[in-house]
This record gives sequence, C-alpha cells and structure tokens, in this order.
Amino acid sequence: MADATITLPATPRRLHLAGWRKGVLLLILAAVWEGYARHLDNALLLPTFSATVAALVQGFASGELVARTATSLQLLVTGYACGLVAAAALTAFAALSRWGAELLELLTAMLNPLPAVALLPIALLWFGIGAPSLVFVITHAVLWPVALASYAGFRAMPRTLRMAGRNLGLSPLRFVAEILIPAALPQILAGLRLGWAFAWRTLIAAELVFGVSARSGGIGWFIYTNRAQLETANVFAGLLTIILVGLIVETLLFRSAARATVQRWGQEQ
Amino acid sequence: MNTTTGAVALRITDTEPLLSLENVTLRYGQGPTAVTAVEGVSVHLTAGDRLVLLGPSGCGKSSLLRAVGGFQPVDAGTIRLRGSPVGKPGPDRMAVFQEFDQLLPWRTVLGNVRYALQRGRGLDRATADARARDWIGRVGLARVMDAHPHTLSGGMKQRVAIARAFALEPDLLLMDEPFAALDALTRRQMQDELLSLCEQTGATVLFVTHAIDEAVRVGTHVLTLSPHPGRMKGLAAIPPAARQRGTAAFAQLEAALQAGLLGEDNSAAEERRHG
Repeated sequence: MADATITLPATPRRLHLAGWRKGVLLLILAAVWEGYARHLDNALLLPTFSATVAALVQGFASGELVARTATSLQLLVTGYACGLVAAAALTAFAALSRWGAELLELLTAMLNPLPAVALLPIALLWFGIGAPSLVFVITHAVLWPVALASYAGFRAMPRTLRMAGRNLGLSPLRFVAEILIPAALPQILAGLRLGWAFAWRTLIAAELVFGVSARSGGIGWFIYTNRAQLETANVFAGLLTIILVGLIVETLLFRSAARATVQRWGQEQ
Repeated sequence: MNTTTGAVALRITDTEPLLSLENVTLRYGQGPTAVTAVEGVSVHLTAGDRLVLLGPSGCGKSSLLRAVGGFQPVDAGTIRLRGSPVGKPGPDRMAVFQEFDQLLPWRTVLGNVRYALQRGRGLDRATADARARDWIGRVGLARVMDAHPHTLSGGMKQRVAIARAFALEPDLLLMDEPFAALDALTRRQMQDELLSLCEQTGATVLFVTHAIDEAVRVGTHVLTLSPHPGRMKGLAAIPPAARQRGTAAFAQLEAALQAGLLGEDNSAAEERRHG
C-alpha cells in the first residue's frame, strides 16, 4: 500500500505541469494580442482580447453562439458519420479483394486532392441550399483521408502478426474485425483525427458561402453575418468558439481514445 | 545417411504417417526469373517425431515450414497431414515464429491465449480461460497473466507464443527459428523448456533452425538441407543420450552434422563450377 501512495500522484502532477506551461504561453499570446489591439486602437479591424472575450461570454449567455455551434456540430456529426460508414465499407472491400484495393487506390488518388468546397456547386445543384448539401461535402472531406489512413494501416501490419492471425483459421470478416482493424488502429485513429479537422474546416468554409438558411445557420454563418454588420468582436468570438470546440474534441475524444487503446497496448508511444 | 531420392520415413512403423511430404518443390516468382527455393523434398513424420530442418540461409527451410503451415503454395509434390493434403492455414498446425510481434498487442497474455483457444478450438470463454491459465502457468508466466505483450521481454513473448501453440493441441507444431532473436542464455533455457514440454505432451514438431547445437538439443531427427535450391542432404536420428549438452555424444553429433553441412557446401560449389 505504501507504494500506491507514493506512485499515484506522479502522473497527475506531470500532466498538471505540462498544462501549466501551455497556460503561461496562452497568457503571453493573449497579452500580445491585447497590447497590439490597444496600440492599433481600431475595433473594426482588430478588437482587443478583452472585447472578444466579452463578446464570447455574451454570445454564450444569450444562447446565440450555443445554438449556432449546436447547428454546426449536428451537421458535422452527420457528415462525419456518413463519411466513416463509406470509408469502412470501402476499406473492408479493399482489405478482402484485389479489385477493392485497386478501386480504393484509384478513387483516393483521384478524389483526395479535390477540395471538398469545390464540390459545393455540384452539391447545390443536386441537393439545393440546405443541410443535405453540407452533409454531402463533409462526407467527401472525411471519406478519403479516413479510407486512405485505414488502408495504409492494413498494409503496414507486420507479416508475422498477419500469419499468426491466419493460423487460427478465422473467417474473412472475423479476420478484418478482430485482427486487421485493431492492428491498424494507430493509423485509423490518425485518419479519424485528420477527417475531423477536414470536416470542421469544410463545414465552416461552406457555411461562409451560403449558410444553411439565414435563420438556422451555423457558426460559419454567425461569422459571416457579423462581418457584414461590422461586429468584428463577434467575428473573433466565432473564431474562438471554433478553436475551443476543436481543442475539446482533440483532448477529450481523440487523445483519451488513443490513451485507452493504442498507447496502452504499446502500438504508439 | 539417406539421399534425395524416395521418401524417407523417420521411423519404420505400420501406422500411417502424421505428416508426409512427397517430392515437394517450392518456387518464388514466375517465368524465367523464378527462383527455386526447395526441390524434391520427401519425408514422413510419425506422431511424436520432432524433425529439425537444419541448413544455412537460402536452403529453403523456412519456406518449407510455411508451405506445411499453408502460408505458401506448393509448386510440385504434395504435403499431407493425416492423409489429406494441407490447405489454408489452420489451428491443426500452430506456428511459432522468430519475430516477437506474433502476439496481438491489444490483448493481454491471458487474452492472447484465450482468444486463440476460443477461435481456433471453438471453446467457450470459461473453458478457454481455464486452459489458457494452465498453459501460461506451465511456461512460467502466471505472474504476467494480465500484462500486455509490449511490456514483456523477448523471451517472455516467445513463451506466450509457445503456450498459445501448445494450448491448442495441434496435430503439428511448426517452429520457425523461435529462439534465434534471443540472447544465448535465454535461448538455452528455452530449448530445455521446449524439450520438456514436448516430452510431456508427445507433441509432433517441425522445427527450423540454422544452429546445430539447437538441432541436436530439441530434435529427435535432423534433416540437413543444402542451399540454392534447398535439397535434402541427409537425415540423422538423434539418440536420447546425445540430447544432453556437454556429453561426448552431443559433441560428436554436432561435429558430424557440421562436417556434413560444410562438406556439402563445398562439393555443391565444385559441381556448379565444373557442371
């Protein structure tokens, strides 16, 4: 028991220290921003940090930013889920057959470099102005990086591990689900992370172009309308919200998922 | 010693051989660039035999083992297990490889063995759990039952792989230089432990190595192969008395095998030069 009392606090303390250093850096950045904005003294071009925080707090208090963020996130999660399902189907097919592998290689080579926003005109033609168009472009933004990373993970699987798995005489589906996917998890997680960032970017960019509709627009729409009304502090508050959501998802979701899986299993340091 | 013609049985028995290789030829690649890895290997194993395939790199010993495991196609000849040709890899032929990454990193020591028993033997979780615990204990790893493989040393990982292979009670154990990446002391200890497990269970083993002392220690028979392409060179039985390290019989057999391997190399090179 004596051991436990000594070793237990060690990890939280280290984490706390790392967070502390980042906190100081953030404070310095905020101070630089505040100082430069005061020096510039032009709230239309660059509001001060304190004004931005005030706008952020007010945006959340009034519920407007919360509603806008919720709208964006709802679209994001829908598109992300569609992209994942498509990526899973495509990579499973690629893992099981030569034809599937060639198809995946061809499609990713063709479509991965295509910016999702470039598909927006087509999406508008097919689905009209509204949520389905946004979901379509987000799906495109998520599908290729996730499929590419997962497939790379399948291919990077050590030959010995593959043979050890085959040795048990598993059915193809079991082999994919119980050997291939866990073995490729480091790359799959990296792909999910990348897909999330792409989806978020695509959504905001698409919303800036046309929003969902004026009344129920997301956070991109919030930024767009506030710029038009010269409420620059609100524009910055919108940007900060995007950053905050990104940070929360990164630390709470992806980092803890990695800690609970691939880091615990020694597949990733 | 036998020559390359005709099938060689390790023992003369009335019973059907457990594993029989008839004129097995393995190639890599196709067309004019194809390389023959193994040519015309014929040998029969009876249950309880431990045949060591011994030879320098390039003699196709690992290819032969992989072909028996079903991991590699046979280009000519047949490989039969209990009379039927071997197909895809299966739990009736459990393999232990040299590399340390043959365990599933996301499962614990117990999880690895239990999973293999559930999937390979179709056991329910409780039965598989009990049998896995028993075998992990028999290789001396009871205290790391719940550890993940990346926290173990190389020797411990190989022990888990050996426990997993034995636990499935396969018809045939395939061991592809399982101790080659270990330090000398651990290697010796593992050879002794493997020998005692084999003697306890009466397992039939196909064991690949390039270390002569290892061949003498773990095998009941040694099949020496010459390289490029791998051809059968000689078959020697290892009398139980010679299996003891440090004895005169052990040293004698080791020296004889070494002389045989080196001699064949020279004469083969000579043949090529003149032929």
